[in-house]
Amino acid sequence: MAASTVWQLRPWAGASRRSVRILEHDLLVFRRGWYSYMLSGLAQPFLYLVAMGIGLGLYVNRNGGLPGGVPYLNYIAPALLVTQAMMAAAFESAWPIMAKIMWDKTYLAALNTPLGAMDLLVGDLMWIAFRATLLAALFLAAIVLLGAASSPMVVLAVPVAVLTAIAFAAPIMAFTATQQGDGGFNALFRFGITPLFLFSGTFFPIEKLPLFLQPLAWLTPLYHGVAVARSLSLGQIEPVAGLVHIGALVAFAVAGVVAGRITFRRRLEV
Amino acid sequence: MTVLGVSRSFALTRPVRLVERNLLVYRRSFMVIFSGFFEPLFYLFSMGFGVGALIGNVPLDDGRSVPYAVFVAPALLASSAMNGAIYETSNNFFYKLKYAKLYDAIISTPMSLADVAMGEILWALLRGSLYAIGFLAVIGVAGLAGLGLISSPLGLLAFPAAMVVGFGFAGAGMAATTFVRRWQDFDFLQLAIMPMFLFSGTFYPIAAYPAGLQLIIQATPLYRGVHLIRALTTGTPDGLLVLDLVYLIAMGLIGLAITSRRLQKLLLA
Amino acid sequence: MGHAQIVPGSSNDGSVAEKAASGPDSCFGWSEAGQWNPVAAAWARLRPSGPGCGHLNPVAAAWARLRPPERCPAYHPIVLEAAATPESLIHARGLTKRFGAFTAVDGVDFDVAPGEAFGFLGPNGAGKTSTMRMIGTVSPVTAGTLTVFGLNPKRDGPKIRARLGVVPQADTLDPELSVLENLLVYGRYFDLSWGEARRRALELLDFVQLTERSNDKVEPLSGGMKRRLVIARALINEPSLLLLDEPTTGLDPQARHLLWDRLYRLKQRGVTLCLTTHYMDEAEQLCDRLVVMDQARIVAEGSPRQLIERYVSREVLELRFRRDDGEADDDAHIAGRLDGLAERVEQLPDRVLVYTPDGEAVAATAYERGLRPTSVLVRRSTLEDVFLRLTGRSLVE
Repeated sequence: MAASTVWQLRPWAGASRRSVRILEHDLLVFRRGWYSYMLSGLAQPFLYLVAMGIGLGLYVNRNGGLPGGVPYLNYIAPALLVTQAMMAAAFESAWPIMAKIMWDKTYLAALNTPLGAMDLLVGDLMWIAFRATLLAALFLAAIVLLGAASSPMVVLAVPVAVLTAIAFAAPIMAFTATQQGDGGFNALFRFGITPLFLFSGTFFPIEKLPLFLQPLAWLTPLYHGVAVARSLSLGQIEPVAGLVHIGALVAFAVAGVVAGRITFRRRLEV
Repeated sequence: MTVLGVSRSFALTRPVRLVERNLLVYRRSFMVIFSGFFEPLFYLFSMGFGVGALIGNVPLDDGRSVPYAVFVAPALLASSAMNGAIYETSNNFFYKLKYAKLYDAIISTPMSLADVAMGEILWALLRGSLYAIGFLAVIGVAGLAGLGLISSPLGLLAFPAAMVVGFGFAGAGMAATTFVRRWQDFDFLQLAIMPMFLFSGTFYPIAAYPAGLQLIIQATPLYRGVHLIRALTTGTPDGLLVLDLVYLIAMGLIGLAITSRRLQKLLLA
Repeated sequence: MGHAQIVPGSSNDGSVAEKAASGPDSCFGWSEAGQWNPVAAAWARLRPSGPGCGHLNPVAAAWARLRPPERCPAYHPIVLEAAATPESLIHARGLTKRFGAFTAVDGVDFDVAPGEAFGFLGPNGAGKTSTMRMIGTVSPVTAGTLTVFGLNPKRDGPKIRARLGVVPQADTLDPELSVLENLLVYGRYFDLSWGEARRRALELLDFVQLTERSNDKVEPLSGGMKRRLVIARALINEPSLLLLDEPTTGLDPQARHLLWDRLYRLKQRGVTLCLTTHYMDEAEQLCDRLVVMDQARIVAEGSPRQLIERYVSREVLELRFRRDDGEADDDAHIAGRLDGLAERVEQLPDRVLVYTPDGEAVAATAYERGLRPTSVLVRRSTLEDVFLRLTGRSLVE
């Protein structure tokens, strides 16, 4: 593939309006069972916020708490919101996409229509963004109900979570298209996603990590998403830092789509 | 090959055949097993040391105050034993039962369905034991480094205790799976597992809860498992250890019995 | 599946839902070049050359087996000790299977003697598979008596299964294991040592011509290969009785013939075969004796030739007429002209079947009487004719 087509200004180049058809397909499937999805999407935030934010928070706050006297619940709530969206997006861009490529082969059926590989990539990316939006909105509801936000700006944590979800979904979808089975996902989740969840400043400030690990956290999209969402929720806006974080997320998303264009075409348009 | 040196006359001979089958399968995907070893460790470092730095010391049941990592490590071992057993007996077992049709072929051999159920539980325990040994080894090394995560020689018994926890949940998980019709049904299983994981005295003492809620939590199997292992690693054994053991072993045995009967119904129509 | 759960140890496991991509199918090898194939040889030698029988006749193979050994050098029955005892390997009286209000098998009686090839022939839903599952001790008997090897399935399930080979209708191979490992693991279920399981597995892979695929996964194999592997698996415990439930359904002709050949060799070695099928040619090829099942009951029993003799004539004359011209070739007219010529005449929408001992003669007489069919075919009666006579032509589902 010529380099010029890869490095176009529009990362979604090659996708048409038809990619919406893929989204429609996914929504049609989602009509069955959406309620149980929503229910667990609402139950999970409550359980986590109550257990970790309030329960564990009791012991954190008793010990002097976090710098600046931020309650532990308020500290982890926006982070968990972003993390939840990230986990869901990572999952959605691995097994279900693999099923569409290899197991159920629904992508192959779609490619017999005017749809192209980029339509599939962009269409399912929209779908994953939609699911992340739902989850983030439900999480926001839980945060508001538990009084876990210090600023109304917390509402903006939802788009941040969605952007973080895309920043994960796009590269992982690109990776999925290179796989011949789901063996690689196991390593991806065990050594990638789970450690991110645990060490990207969700439960404790990354300053508590050993010094050499801190720069590693900066390299992950989750850290940036968590940092912006937290500053919004706590009402401690730092415009410059915020823009850097958002820029980092966009960069991950764009790089993922560009990589996805290569791997999707290589896998599906042969 | 005589795994675990089981003799032919011993009742586990046939169940072990199924363990052999699973070993053959995983011989090719060793990474899948190996990588599972890291997850509890990541949790230990994140919770024990990261969050632990925010919390400092927490009180044990006997009133002694210990560093947070000492408190949370045994709970992570118990949770990991639970999750490993549940995962093996839910998703993997369901796949073999409904999709790979593994047991449809086995019923035409002298193997019985009780052998099948016991075999899969043995396999879950074997897999869980690798993780438990790994986890305990890391805790032990941390202890040599002066962190003292295990404060009693009784801690050596944490390994068999983790196996008991695994057995209890493997039996219960397998029994539950025999009632599952499609993958989505496992969401209900998660609905039981996740709250238990979060609220069973895993991450902080249940003294944080009102008295009534404490009683309910004390009745959950994970709380009993956490209590069992924590009592051993922190050297605070009490009479309730007997209750823990009886509870978990009974849960495993009842699960095993239900599984055998349900499999009869599903496979021997 | 729901969205990812934030719980340790719950990450999806690589082994689950593992599905191998379908690889290219290897060339379906007929048996080793030049090696003698008893079934094919029997066909070649006994292909009838009489009038009207110029086409290949599947009955011939059945005849081959019915001929006395001295006229058929290919056939050397190995008389086993078991064959000397008059006891049945399978003995059923009033055997009944009910699922709730539905009766799948309704009081059937049969015996299978050691060394014979016994078949259950019947349409879908006739109760064949339910009967086989009861014999295989994987389905409890509702009523009646059943013994296998003289043992009671209810009490002695494991003992019976230890001596039984089962080829179920669905392949039930282990998709996570290789071809060879499928056999090894299965052998272990029969308490074979690893060494012995391996020795037998390699021998069986050779027998079913799968040696070259031993280390491949099961998924990419063709339907015929999977079937052969299932048969090899069923033989790992050297069973004296092999149960086969529709062994060749869905296979292409080459695959079916190769399977028939292997089953024939097993029979020669003294293995008792008990199979179900709804293919008439298969029943004629493989079975010494068979029962026809319909709607949960046995409606006929005998050797293929006995059944043909008993229920249909020796030959069938098939006449086709032009239907579109103005001539009075209507059904009544044709029937009138054929009246008295044959034991039985069956009129179908597209042709008329005349059951008669001598098709050529009837065809000549019909011509003399002024019938002008557009095509005339004389063929030998087959089990299919028996089958349709007994179970009717309407579709049974």
